[in-house]
Amino acid sequence: MSKARLMQGNEACAEGAIAAGVRFFAGYPITPSTEVAETMAKLLPKVGGKFVQMEDEIASMGAILGASLAGQKAMDATSGPGFSLKQELIGYAACAEIPCVLVNVQRVGPSTGQPTAPSQGDVMQTRWGTHGDHPVIALSPWSVRETYDATVMAVNYAERFRTPVVLLMDEVVGHLREKVELPEASELELYPRRAPKKTRAEGYQPFAPDEDLVPNVADFGTGYRIHVTGLIHDDTGFPVGSPEVTEKSIQRLHEKIARVGEEIIHTEEYFMDDAEYAVVSFGGTARTAYEAVQNARKKGQKVGLLRLMTIWPFADKAIERLAAKVKGIMVAELNYGQVVHEVRRAANGQCKVELCGKYNMKAFEPAEIEAGIDALCGEA
Amino acid sequence: MERSYEKYFRQNRLPHLWCPGCGNGIAMKAIVQAIEKKGLSQDNTVIVSGIGCSSRASGYMDFDTLHTAHGRAIPFATGIKLANPDLNVVVITGDGDCTAIGGNHFIHGCRRNIDLTVVLFNNNIYGMTGGQASPMTPLGKKATTAPYGSVDRPFDACHLAEAAGATYVARSTAFHEKHLVDMIADGFDNKGFSFIEALVQCPTAYGRKNKMGSPANMMMWMRDNAVMKAAWDKLPEEKKTGEKFPIGCFYKAEAMDYDTAYDQVIERAGGAAK
Amino acid sequence: MKSEITIKMGRCKGCGICVAFCPKQVLALDELGKVQVANGDACIACGQCELRCPDYAIFVDKGAEA
Repeated sequence: MSKARLMQGNEACAEGAIAAGVRFFAGYPITPSTEVAETMAKLLPKVGGKFVQMEDEIASMGAILGASLAGQKAMDATSGPGFSLKQELIGYAACAEIPCVLVNVQRVGPSTGQPTAPSQGDVMQTRWGTHGDHPVIALSPWSVRETYDATVMAVNYAERFRTPVVLLMDEVVGHLREKVELPEASELELYPRRAPKKTRAEGYQPFAPDEDLVPNVADFGTGYRIHVTGLIHDDTGFPVGSPEVTEKSIQRLHEKIARVGEEIIHTEEYFMDDAEYAVVSFGGTARTAYEAVQNARKKGQKVGLLRLMTIWPFADKAIERLAAKVKGIMVAELNYGQVVHEVRRAANGQCKVELCGKYNMKAFEPAEIEAGIDALCGEA
Repeated sequence: MERSYEKYFRQNRLPHLWCPGCGNGIAMKAIVQAIEKKGLSQDNTVIVSGIGCSSRASGYMDFDTLHTAHGRAIPFATGIKLANPDLNVVVITGDGDCTAIGGNHFIHGCRRNIDLTVVLFNNNIYGMTGGQASPMTPLGKKATTAPYGSVDRPFDACHLAEAAGATYVARSTAFHEKHLVDMIADGFDNKGFSFIEALVQCPTAYGRKNKMGSPANMMMWMRDNAVMKAAWDKLPEEKKTGEKFPIGCFYKAEAMDYDTAYDQVIERAGGAAK
Repeated sequence: MKSEITIKMGRCKGCGICVAFCPKQVLALDELGKVQVANGDACIACGQCELRCPDYAIFVDKGAEA
């Protein structure tokens, strides 16, 4: 595996999943994510894993949750319309604390929208798509190699926090072909499936939080005879109609992720040393933003780039620090404006925050972002 | 006097939440008796249910149990079975859960012939939400959403299962308790998709609205109208009238189950043997 | 005593199924609507009550002398 190979983002995602120990994939065909499923269908049986094409998007989400409860690391991939359908069971996974990874290779919406055309319009759906208060982790890679790494990371986070993790890709990165050199499996650090620390006789409770606030839920078939439900439940796993338990339960779901703070919030800075202005971007758009910022630097504009790899939880602190440093921020995103609202919130009035959005089926051209930078720097 | 099947219940969860006279308790007991009859291990059997009155059964049964989302029990069960084929996977569902919101999952579970035993508690109504018509509410029967009698033609879930590819299809009723145990137990013997419809009385939401009398009266109705398949087959068409319906095993077929078929995929791909 | 009838009162919801199916009118519902043995001597331990009880509240065994 260590020699260089040409592959697309969607294939790298599948390779990363298998390297991370995913042995079960259920999916439903949808462009532009289909290559993830196709690659999994080919690779999984080679390693003794299983691929099943389910009857619809909801069923494939249900199947991966069942497989996860039965002890397998599990993944599903889709695009916007399918992501909408899966929201029901993403909420189930959050409530019942079932590790799983869901890949969303975004395309233009709403509804069937513009199939295969690139977009980053599902940022807020990723955060708030399912009903009720719940946490979410979402990662958005910008290259083929990073797609591989982010998939491994997503699987690890899913297992560690027992929560659904969304790999928020876009068509640009999903279909991008690059020469990559993948690491040896032995080089990867994998988070193992959490296991009970007590026996039944010792009073094991499947949803009692460990020190890190995450429960060590027993896999089915290991003799613990646990009950799992999407109803709000106490440490025993059984539903209770108590206000106290409900409040505590919703708090813990959030705090188990919030408590690790910056550890899972990955950002990168480019050309920021003396920057007076900054572009914030992510995913495929960040590639164009990088080039635009480079060009702007050649023109002498003091502008840098902050790239968000972790989209959720949001990089509040990084943005707060950035806003304290620069005179203005421009968010480049392939939508009508989603991340920009979060950036404005986190910037908290310390500097102006502008949007450079696009939603016409086309990925950004560097010149479009450069024009935005000109306006930001007051040179338009 | 302690009955051996009691060990399959989570004693601290009983009594169950079902209404007085509800047939779900009888069907749930029939499942654990079938489990006992076939000697399925408590640690190696998973009960998966959807949402609705029937689906609360999983919480009372002392196995690994999974109370999923509305209609989704079969997809979850499919994932469990494929991830760990050594587990016996039993699905408990209702007429609304299985044939309305879960209808697509139901027919595709049958089509794949995934090795599950699906027991549908058919009370002809949405009980948990207070008595709305389901796809298995008979024509002309009343429900809160069919106040003038249902005009939606009902599903025969057994016909549906057979047509979709299930390899074991049977029906029984809460009145025919021992027969119901046998139908479920025979379903466990089939390595493939087994479907058992258990007709259960809902005195609160269905019986009252349709003037069917007490819970006992509803069970007597089952006694008087259910006809064993062997007798039903001999019955001339003109006698298959009124509310008469057949019970028994309707269909059995030999076909490879999905997991066995997928093992061949693994073999063809050169993957690790189990 | 031909048979032993055991009732788990905590489980009985008073649905009356056992009363209706008892062929010997052994059972009745009490003032609170729960099952009671009204005529134990008539019990023939046929088990209809136990078989049909949806709440696992009544059990009948053949007595020692039977």
